[in-house]
Amino acid sequence: MESGKESQTKEPILLMQGITKVYPNGLVANSEVTLEVHKGEIHALVGENGAGKTTLMKILFGLEKHDAGDIFVKGKRASIASPSQAIRYGIGMVHQHFMLAPSLTVAENIVLGEEPTKGVWFDQRKAEEICAELGDKYRLKVDPHAKIADVAVGVKQRVEILKALMRGSDILVLDEPTAVLTPQETVELFVALRALREGGHTIIFISHKLSEVKEISDRVTVMRSGRVVGTEDTHKVTVQQLSKMMVGRDVELGLSRPGVSPANGREVRLLVQGLTYIRDSKEVLKDVSLKVRSGEILGIAGIEGNGQAELVEVLTGLSRCDRGTIEICGQDATQKKPGEIRELGLSHIPQDRMTFGVAAGASVAENLISTRYKKPPIANGVLLNLKGIFEVCASLINRFEIKASGPEQPVNTLSGGNIQKVVVAREFSTDPRVIIANQPTRGIDIGASESIHRYLVDATEKGAAVLLVSADLSEVMGLSNRLLVMYEGRVVAHFDNAEAVSEEELGLYMLGVKRQDPHEIAASMMGEAG
Amino acid sequence: MSIDKKFELLRTAAAIAVALFIGFVVTCIVSKSPFEAFSYFLRGPFTTTRRFAAFLEAAIPLMFTGLSLSLVFAAGQFNLGADGQFFIGAVAATAAGIYLNLPPVIHTLVCLLVGMAAGAIGGFIPGLLKAKWNASELVASLMLNYVFLKLGMYLITYHMRDQSVGALVSLPLKKTCWLPQLVPNTRIHAGVFVALAATLFCYYYLYRTSRGYEIRMTGQNIDFARYSGIPVLSVILSVQVLAGAVAGLGGAVEMLGIYRRFQWLASPGYGFDGVIVSILAKNKPTLVPVTALFLAYLRVGADVMAMYSDVSAEMVAIIQAVIILLVTAEAFLSSYRHRMLLKEVRQSAITS
Repeated sequence: MESGKESQTKEPILLMQGITKVYPNGLVANSEVTLEVHKGEIHALVGENGAGKTTLMKILFGLEKHDAGDIFVKGKRASIASPSQAIRYGIGMVHQHFMLAPSLTVAENIVLGEEPTKGVWFDQRKAEEICAELGDKYRLKVDPHAKIADVAVGVKQRVEILKALMRGSDILVLDEPTAVLTPQETVELFVALRALREGGHTIIFISHKLSEVKEISDRVTVMRSGRVVGTEDTHKVTVQQLSKMMVGRDVELGLSRPGVSPANGREVRLLVQGLTYIRDSKEVLKDVSLKVRSGEILGIAGIEGNGQAELVEVLTGLSRCDRGTIEICGQDATQKKPGEIRELGLSHIPQDRMTFGVAAGASVAENLISTRYKKPPIANGVLLNLKGIFEVCASLINRFEIKASGPEQPVNTLSGGNIQKVVVAREFSTDPRVIIANQPTRGIDIGASESIHRYLVDATEKGAAVLLVSADLSEVMGLSNRLLVMYEGRVVAHFDNAEAVSEEELGLYMLGVKRQDPHEIAASMMGEAG
Repeated sequence: MSIDKKFELLRTAAAIAVALFIGFVVTCIVSKSPFEAFSYFLRGPFTTTRRFAAFLEAAIPLMFTGLSLSLVFAAGQFNLGADGQFFIGAVAATAAGIYLNLPPVIHTLVCLLVGMAAGAIGGFIPGLLKAKWNASELVASLMLNYVFLKLGMYLITYHMRDQSVGALVSLPLKKTCWLPQLVPNTRIHAGVFVALAATLFCYYYLYRTSRGYEIRMTGQNIDFARYSGIPVLSVILSVQVLAGAVAGLGGAVEMLGIYRRFQWLASPGYGFDGVIVSILAKNKPTLVPVTALFLAYLRVGADVMAMYSDVSAEMVAIIQAVIILLVTAEAFLSSYRHRMLLKEVRQSAITS
């Protein structure tokens, strides 16, 4: 459905052949990978998280060293040991996490490293001219004078793309570019990418969202556990076929939310009123109120960085709020420590599992017992019960299908999905009354995501109250019973029935274009019980 | 992963081999008869019973400071206060040994407890500063080493000094507090048993108790510990108090086992040697006796070499420095490990 030109007629501009990469922890990230990209095409590189896409691109951009294999750019063998060499070969990369200086303007960021000068001085006007010219030429509109700190995520991404183009890149790598964008911003990005293709640029588009791949790409290469499964012309394969190639089996697309009985009358498990939190003299949470009842999932949608992470920190006791109250199961939990809050029956799946979720160098067992290491059967009085620990952990590994050689295996030798399962097993096996799940399936494979969603729904149906924060719109929309949208630290919308909301409408609230009346929000969410 | 254990062993062995080689090169440069000198160094501790005994007794204080540092390192705290704690423990035990009138055994036990208490206070101060105000325990403990050294010297000089002796020494310890000698004509004393008991205690405490679990998790990842509900501040404080007590006990044992009067004019430096012992033992209490013996062997060997050849005992400092450098340098031999890994990956790819 994209360009009708047949791929055979095009010459390969990039060939990566037999690439193998083994990480120091023994992980084989790439094994004999071959990728061929034609000039002037949008080539999608798809695969689950951990399939090796990002590693392959890091090798291409000189950020990682490969152990075997060759790279050819424009027919010539290339040795790329650093990003600056990659740039010399005309390769540009737009990372998942933007690498921009927030205190500088858009124009200054774009020319950074290749600043135009007037004598010995930086030529601000010239920089802004270059920036505007580039923006016009590639139809990527940016305001050269705006400070990076003040612009939206979509704009930052455009700046990154312009930065790469300014350095003469004709092969552009975009690593999961749509993960951080709203539906509206994604549409704009695709317009720009098509324009670049018309201008003769080659684009490698990394993603695991197959509908987008189908929409934007000419050809697609699928990776699974470090290997290439195949390369196809995109218009010849269906989304179903692609997902089967990716996962290696048929997948059920779509999520099922927990069935709820009428909310009224069910016990309120988490009640938050007027929460305000100031960090670095900035109000990152402003007067946030919410209520979660037993047996329901309340989803929080929003572009990352709009206060969701801080809300979770405050609710779980990792940070202290400045105003407002938190009640868990009717008991005051404001200003309490994490241990005290856990005693009230709260479980927490943290956003960053390697920082908070696990002690990476410790064993699976040591990570599984961290919230119950004082209670039988893990410990009797002051002594640990090694037999009890082994039995509990072996049964958890079994029940939560953690792929580990046993309780003694160090956590950092497991895959991302299995590490998250360790976190989930620990947090879900203590019969939690309230679960706070922050990005529970970020960066893990589809199989593990499916199980985690199932555990979440099961726990809810057994009566837990769940607060689900996710930047993945399909996840938060598919699982939640009710939805909140956060924008700049405030709750700007509440939907009593998550099924009735469209992605586009949610996007407008996430971007701050629309917002509901605060009284209406309070009435629809807090009011029902008085 | 077994490959990691194998590799760690190999790395430590390689570090020791390289260090000995560099030590030999230095010996060749400074000595007229390097082979003879170096053979005194390597064989020294085994040449006479007396030297062998010196080797064993030198390991005792190293075990205590090594254990003490293993505890704080396991909690991820870089407290280097063991030196001052050891010193002040010895001073406190000296005071109890001079002034208390108690029956044998009980007197010894009381002196050991007093030494432990003094060391515990030495650990409490940086621990409290860290827990309350997030003051760097490294800086606080290093500075406190001087405070305890000077405080100890003040107490000995102005309150416990034996005026009848020309040198600066304390009054004699009462016989009732001495640690009994184990082997006649040597200074090997019952402190060995105290050290072994301390080793077992530290192992059980770290690996078999809930508090030990808290300590290890705090050391592994303090954010994870906090998130899990572990009271990290109280863990940090208590582990430093306990480590101080172990170092203080070491000072007391050394005083009651080897000396009859307090006669140090400066710190004997066991606290810093304990860092080497603990790092070589990878903070594992059960390995501390082994690495303490190894370090004691180097020390006694160097002394013997200095006595019989033209190479001074300081040569051993070079060997120690190289070992520490190579053992702690993460990248040392890492390319070899990567090759081992690649081989294993290829093999498993063939077999699967």
